[in-house]
Amino acid sequence: MLARKANETRIVITGVGLTAPNGNNLAEFRKSLLTGKSGIQKFNVRYMGEVPAGICHFDPLKYQKKKELRRGTRAGSVAVYCAQEAIADAKLDLACLDKSRIGVYVGITEHGNVDTEKQIYEIKQFDYNTTFVSHHYNPRIVANNPAGEVTLNMGITGPHYTLGAACAGGNIGLIQGLQMLLLGEVDLALAGGVSETIHAFGAFASFRSEGALASHVDPEKACRPFDKNRNGVVVSEGGCIYLVERLGDALKRGAKIYGEIVGYAINSDAFDFVLPNAQRQSECMKLALNKAGISAGDIDIINTHATGTREGDAAECQAIREVFGNHINVYINNTKSYIGHTMGAAAALELAGNLPSFEDHIVHPTINVDQLDPECSFENLVINEPRKVDKVNYILNNSFGMLGINSVVIIKRFEE
Amino acid sequence: MTKEEIKSVLMEIVAQIIPDEDLTNLKGDIPIREQVELDSMDFLDIVMELRKRYGIEVPEDDYMQLATLDSSVAYLEPRMKEL
Repeated sequence: MLARKANETRIVITGVGLTAPNGNNLAEFRKSLLTGKSGIQKFNVRYMGEVPAGICHFDPLKYQKKKELRRGTRAGSVAVYCAQEAIADAKLDLACLDKSRIGVYVGITEHGNVDTEKQIYEIKQFDYNTTFVSHHYNPRIVANNPAGEVTLNMGITGPHYTLGAACAGGNIGLIQGLQMLLLGEVDLALAGGVSETIHAFGAFASFRSEGALASHVDPEKACRPFDKNRNGVVVSEGGCIYLVERLGDALKRGAKIYGEIVGYAINSDAFDFVLPNAQRQSECMKLALNKAGISAGDIDIINTHATGTREGDAAECQAIREVFGNHINVYINNTKSYIGHTMGAAAALELAGNLPSFEDHIVHPTINVDQLDPECSFENLVINEPRKVDKVNYILNNSFGMLGINSVVIIKRFEE
Repeated sequence: MTKEEIKSVLMEIVAQIIPDEDLTNLKGDIPIREQVELDSMDFLDIVMELRKRYGIEVPEDDYMQLATLDSSVAYLEPRMKEL
């Protein structure tokens, strides 16, 4: 029996702001995940032509002026939209908050490539004369840009920074928010991840050179984790920022609580620049379970990181078997099959899509599995159709990235 | 370009740089920055647009010449009359 934690050391999610290629708030996103609605479409990438990608269709003018959009970056705009939506969802009035006690922690895979490519493209028209490089370039490409734009837009004077963590960024932004709340550095954390990567050709081209860029005549079928014929990653943009706070504060103001962050872990493969490592991934999951003080058998849903690459999906399945081998009651799903790989936003977005399961007891499926790869077969892999289940008490969210960064977050259904 | 054409170009550039501002009552003889929200980075956008569109270099010492719409037209007229 676990010792009961004080409310000041329990961290809960009380607001969700998101934009995904198939939804611009949690209700829309969840509906898409339960009805099999993909957000992948053909997208024209500079120098490459049409490739499948996930594009977000939120209204940036909902929270930003036209001048802010001209000045800032796409990642900044995504972050502003998500942060504002999270505050609104948490039913907080920004005007009544001590803005020096709010921290902004935004996970990113990369930042600055979009504007670097754009500047080089533009000065090419002037024979590479560098006097045509924009004075806006530096504030756009500094690594803290997406988080900084949130503070500028919302007048937040607490700490802000991004966390560069490849495709684990979204989990790591959330973990950072939790840690700063536990340290008492802030009273509210806006924490999650964003991505603008689709607006740079480099990521697409590099994945293609690796033989890891997904292709399919039907863009909606391009991302197919666990399918025998999966052929790579679909790059997408997106964002998800949570409003996170200490349980005591949340209870005091009668906040709606989506769930409690009870476990988390980050570790490193120390193995390869791009190849996954199942052993380290399984160690990461075990570390998170230990932190939560629970066993593998307690987890109800695993939201996988699987991106649709041959090696990556197989390695994660091997890691899951290592940890959960005898616990066939765990339901396994994947969100990238709908929205592609939203990079820095992926972990946070994919977790968000599963949070409603605590209330509706439905596990959203992974789509596009026509021929299940035997290497990725699990008894309770939820394929193509949502699954109604008896209970959902714990969700485990995997997210891994290049250079061997692994992250796991465990969320518990809230109960006092 | 005539003075009127230069003024029209400048108005178009300013409108592009500060799209949220209403420029209909912008007066020619009062500094632009006293009438609308236009900061130093926006001002550099005007300089950059002149460079990109017309190859005109405005040295930093001359920035004051672009304070008002009228003074900008007067400053640019000899540099743009052949365009």
